[in-house]
Amino acid sequence: MSEVVQVAQAAVQQAECADPFVLSLTVFVLAIFVGYHVVWNVTPALHTPLMSVTNAISGIVIVGAILASGSQGFNLGTILGLIAVVLVSINIFGGFVVTQRMLAMFKKRK
Amino acid sequence: MSANVVSILYLIAAVLFVLALKGLSHPESARRGNLFGMIGMAIAVIVTLQMSSVDNYLWIGLAALLGGGFGVLVARGIPMTHMPQLVAAMHSLVGLAAVLIAVSAVYNPQAYGIATAEGGLHLSSMIELFLGTFIGAITFTASVVAFTKLHGLVSGSPIVFKGQHLLNLILGLVMLGAGIMFCATGAWTPFLIMLAIALVLGVTLIIPIGGADMPVIVSMLNSYSGWAAAGIGFTLNNQMLIIAGALVGSSGAILSYIMCKAMNRSLFNVLLGGFGGDAPTASTGVKTDRPVHSGSADDVAFLLKNARSVVIIPGYGLAVARAQHALKEVVESLQKHDVKVRFAIHPVAGRMPGHMNVLLAEADVPYDIVEEMESINSSFADTDVALVIGANDVVNPSARTDPGSPIYGMPILDVGKAAHVVVVKRSLSVGYAGLDNDLFYMDKTMMVFSDAKKACEELVQAID
Repeated sequence: MSEVVQVAQAAVQQAECADPFVLSLTVFVLAIFVGYHVVWNVTPALHTPLMSVTNAISGIVIVGAILASGSQGFNLGTILGLIAVVLVSINIFGGFVVTQRMLAMFKKRK
Repeated sequence: MSANVVSILYLIAAVLFVLALKGLSHPESARRGNLFGMIGMAIAVIVTLQMSSVDNYLWIGLAALLGGGFGVLVARGIPMTHMPQLVAAMHSLVGLAAVLIAVSAVYNPQAYGIATAEGGLHLSSMIELFLGTFIGAITFTASVVAFTKLHGLVSGSPIVFKGQHLLNLILGLVMLGAGIMFCATGAWTPFLIMLAIALVLGVTLIIPIGGADMPVIVSMLNSYSGWAAAGIGFTLNNQMLIIAGALVGSSGAILSYIMCKAMNRSLFNVLLGGFGGDAPTASTGVKTDRPVHSGSADDVAFLLKNARSVVIIPGYGLAVARAQHALKEVVESLQKHDVKVRFAIHPVAGRMPGHMNVLLAEADVPYDIVEEMESINSSFADTDVALVIGANDVVNPSARTDPGSPIYGMPILDVGKAAHVVVVKRSLSVGYAGLDNDLFYMDKTMMVFSDAKKACEELVQAID
């Protein structure tokens, strides 16, 4: 009996310790489905703002850039990180601002 | 902040990104959606900045200020006709940033908390870095080429040479080999070789693709930039990055699909390239012996004033002639005469998906009189006058009737079903597809040979 419990416990432990990659893959696949359904609902009239706002959102790699440049002192890693921060900041600010500008133009008939 | 709190906040940011895209289902909800997107981004950045490994605030702040300031400046000043270039340029920035982050991760895995006990990289991290780097590198150079084509810095004509596809195949295989070697050894040399080839591939893959196909390419690169971001997310084991990347990736993929469908081409066919140049070279192929009815602005004004229902079909030629505002005045004068005016937009009108809608919105045309192809095609039969300005291939009936035509099967606007057709065009020259257009020679068609802006200004005077 105790052997069965041991085997079961080992199995549970293994299941709980799934590789982080598998977890990420799960999230990735589900997010693609969410994206698929949300984007098909976007009205064709707003496809250009859709592109500019996704430009801004892909600026989320700034998280990686900040981690790369996080530590004090300069080395290849932090310098590349800082350059990446400059580049994606252009995307984030530029993307959201130009999207806002476009969306403000869409007006209803008076 | 504990790891759990960080994860929850990242989750909130990811949900806000989904809401940002969801808002775009309608112009009214879209502005709020954009605000959600900004809040999501702010949360993500602040959460990352407070992590214990991050304390280089001065330099990060300066870098963000520099990039952000430049971004705002460009975003405020850019003319709406230049949106395709801007979007292409932004894709290239994401691609390059992804490459830089990946290189920095290979150089110093500790910064990301992905190092092994010996300070090296796990196999799974190396595979993720390989994928992320080559997608980012291709996105970078391909977008730079797309930008130069769209901005007119180089000719939009496709560059084709013998053995092109073989060359790309060989480059691709060598890159794959170098990538596998990197994953096996973790050494710099194969990594850099892989990176260099990926950069070259980005160029060689895009140069055979002509200007007419750029809407597809811009959408495709939009998708790539998303996958590159997701790749970084895999490397960092950061689910929020993966979600954001997947959203952007699927968005770009859907847009590419919509564009291909609207041109009746397969993505494969577009990528093989060689279609559509800058200016149509076959413009001499016009059959001058076919009679057309040409008319003046006064003739058109008479037709329009006495119509009950008018549908305007704008093409990119309208934007090139900067005639949107003049056209808006034509619409207003007609509305004063109780004429029902609507716009019909083909999905490939303009230089990127939805471009024509933005150009019309900029000219203060209300969005509720602007209709998509599917919704308006059935009402051309009840339309008195269809006014075609600066569009050509998207109203070519041979796409319906002539199985031998290169654009056969492409969905078109059913302009020929209207009682009268007016076409404003500078000459009888052909469009991107290099085809003659039977619509111009129909009995009910009146051609106005004029610049779009001049024609619209004359129309306003003639109507009033």
